[in-house]
Amino acid sequence: MFSDLMLNAWGSASIVAIVAGVVGFFIVLRGSAFAAHALPNGAFAGAAGASLIGVDAIVGLAVFSVLGALTIAGLGRRARHDVATALVIVLMLGLGSLFLSMATEYAPEIYSLLFGEVLGVSSSELVPIAVIGVVCIAAVFLVYRPLLFSSVMPEVAEARGVGRGRMEVVFLLVVALTTTMAVPVVGALLIFSLLISPAAAARSFTDRPFTAMGLSVLIALGTVWSAIALAYLSNLPIGFFVGSIGAGTYAVGRGWSAWRRNRRSSRRTGQTRPRPAQVQTS
Amino acid sequence: MPGFLSPLIEPGFFSNLPVQTALVVGGVVAVVSGIVGTFTVMRGQSFAGHSLADIGTAGGSAAFVLGISPLFGFVAMNLMAAGVMEWIGIRRPRGRDLATGIVLGAALGLAALFLYLDTTASSTTGATVNVLFGSIFTLPASMVPFIAIFSVVAAGIVLVMYRPLILTSVSADLAIAQGIRVRLVGIGYLVALALAVSLSAVTIGAILSTALLIGPAATALRITNRTGRAAVIAAGIGIIATWLGVLLAYDSYYWFPNGGGWPVSFFVVTLIFLVYLLSQLRFRGHSAARRRSTAAQAG
Amino acid sequence: MQGRAATGSDEILAVDGISVTLSGREILRDVTFHINAGEFTGLIGSNGAGKTTLLRVILGLISPSAGTVRVEGGLRRQPLIGYVPQRITLDPDMPLRARDLVGLGIDGQRFGLPLPSPTRRKQVDEMLEAVDATRFAESRVGNLSGGEQQRILIAHALISRPRLLLLDEPLANLDIGSEQEVVDLLARIARDQRIAVLISTHDMNPLLPVMDRIVYIANGRIATGTTAEVVSSESLTKLYGVHVDVIHVHNRILVVAGRREEALQHGDTESIVELM
Repeated sequence: MFSDLMLNAWGSASIVAIVAGVVGFFIVLRGSAFAAHALPNGAFAGAAGASLIGVDAIVGLAVFSVLGALTIAGLGRRARHDVATALVIVLMLGLGSLFLSMATEYAPEIYSLLFGEVLGVSSSELVPIAVIGVVCIAAVFLVYRPLLFSSVMPEVAEARGVGRGRMEVVFLLVVALTTTMAVPVVGALLIFSLLISPAAAARSFTDRPFTAMGLSVLIALGTVWSAIALAYLSNLPIGFFVGSIGAGTYAVGRGWSAWRRNRRSSRRTGQTRPRPAQVQTS
Repeated sequence: MPGFLSPLIEPGFFSNLPVQTALVVGGVVAVVSGIVGTFTVMRGQSFAGHSLADIGTAGGSAAFVLGISPLFGFVAMNLMAAGVMEWIGIRRPRGRDLATGIVLGAALGLAALFLYLDTTASSTTGATVNVLFGSIFTLPASMVPFIAIFSVVAAGIVLVMYRPLILTSVSADLAIAQGIRVRLVGIGYLVALALAVSLSAVTIGAILSTALLIGPAATALRITNRTGRAAVIAAGIGIIATWLGVLLAYDSYYWFPNGGGWPVSFFVVTLIFLVYLLSQLRFRGHSAARRRSTAAQAG
Repeated sequence: MQGRAATGSDEILAVDGISVTLSGREILRDVTFHINAGEFTGLIGSNGAGKTTLLRVILGLISPSAGTVRVEGGLRRQPLIGYVPQRITLDPDMPLRARDLVGLGIDGQRFGLPLPSPTRRKQVDEMLEAVDATRFAESRVGNLSGGEQQRILIAHALISRPRLLLLDEPLANLDIGSEQEVVDLLARIARDQRIAVLISTHDMNPLLPVMDRIVYIANGRIATGTTAEVVSSESLTKLYGVHVDVIHVHNRILVVAGRREEALQHGDTESIVELM
């Protein structure tokens, strides 16, 4: 399991997990799940296009994910954000289906772009993955405070000179870079699971932002490591394990926070009482 | 056929059986997607709509493994997912998106597994491409009755719950005060959405069904002030885009690069996106004019 | 206009001994008041005092831990009550005209497609006229100003001819001009159509000229009566549990906490912040 070939897999997957944990924290905080799903999907079309004209897949991924991020930010300013995101993703996928129909790829290659092929990462691919990963982390820490501010209180942040639109563009570009780096490893569809589930689970365990981010990285690492090991042992696709472990950790997180809330309220009233749903008090 | 159309329409277009099936099925699906999609956009549930398409691929690919029609896999999986989304779903939009995302992640994992099994079983048939990108020309005519039934059910749910759906989209509080069971309306709507998405997933493909659902509806909302009209316009845009897409794809057999034909879904999506962009321009001019006129009235 | 509360035979709403506890916190304690037909009642209290909870109890959306709510003889039959919820954001993308939203007040809960009906159309036209909204009846609701939207929501609530109209903070986010327009409109409706109006607000001043009765809510308890009876130093001091001064300036009333230190000793910091 730890042969030379596998070392690339462990290395690249760990880098992806660290970046996904950090970026995912902000995705969950901002409620941008849809954009986080749309960019990798759209980037897939870029990879298909790249192979058609004979350039490296990572170039196609980068071009399409960055273009997608800018278009979502641009259209989203005038229309509903979710509608803009939906239309951008389908346009890019439409192009993707065109590229696929022209190319002569075999089904397994398309499959690995969509669902990941961690065992297929070569040493030469490891370098760009590492470089982009470092850039992503650096970018997040550079804008950490304004991004946090703008995510939590957009209006107040705007009044203090942190432009909402500008932060949105910066954030989407970081997601685009993460996408570029992660798609060759875990695939266009499953990077989404790695971005959302660990961060959503981490949020249930702690109230502090920085701790949550750290925890989200740890959970993401745990997810990919166990997914690689299980995929290696069972010979099943890694995406399956990433997806199910991700949902599992989220369920554990939800269970934990429900249990904690229940205990806290029963301590206050002296009895366990189901909370009435959807009651606003003001 | 009138003579002036002959450069546009390649010979044999209307006498070709797969084309006839594609035109009928595509039209029906476009109508249902337009009607359901109008409410999807009004309720801000584009993500749920798109996710159901992707989630359905798990069902579609499982159906391939079992050797039954992907349509049933899509429908079964989507109804289940809609139930789970409603069950863990939270009222706040952000929480709702997260719940959707988690279900989506888990389902994509399953899709990965089933598609892997499909691909290893027979690496030449391309189950991946078939499930994800659909194939309107290869739909067997035997599926048409089922598509019709599911379409009627989906459109029927929306039409029956028409007014309560509008009110809950405006405000849940307002609806509750009027004695509407918001939860029930929400579930009914999700069932209609699950069916509509399954239908368009098998015709223009899972990851492109969002185009038929969201694009025409988002365009229609810009054009008219009335909900009913918006649904009709959305259905109309959907039909035209789908039929033009089928026509262009048929024509494209003689195009660059190798005579293999361009995919229908590419044409459909591009047409829908172009119409949306046009409506954006029109709407901006329209609202600017209205702002000026109200300013003049106030002054 | 005050003193009409005394005519009292035509009772619409009876709230008796209502207490509400939500997740271990007592929101309302032993709340009792009655409202008659045609009366304009202000539900006054700061944010978090329990106004929305009380309105939701009357609507039957929250069950109280004690007490009863009776609406005009019947037990809380929904169509008897019209409701205008707190700050709805109406989406400009929603394809819905002002006239459509008002029409949904008649039959929004019904299944099936609406059939065009001249009587329904006439009813909507009359209602739009009554709230002075004919001018923007064909516009998209999401594009209307705050005051215009408020009038449409009031029309929506009134068109089913309720006996009781509940409004949750309808004056929040309105500019002073539209604030006065909405208050005058509601007062006219209460008078002309003999509808009981219960309107919650954190600022009683816009309501002073038209209010028949006041329900002042603080710390989960209420004081009720005419404005003169309730908004006095004695009764509010009793309600808040700290000394309160009531100051009349021109035609406005200011409520201020007298001795800050005493309140702090009680650990009751909320009551200082919330006084108006």
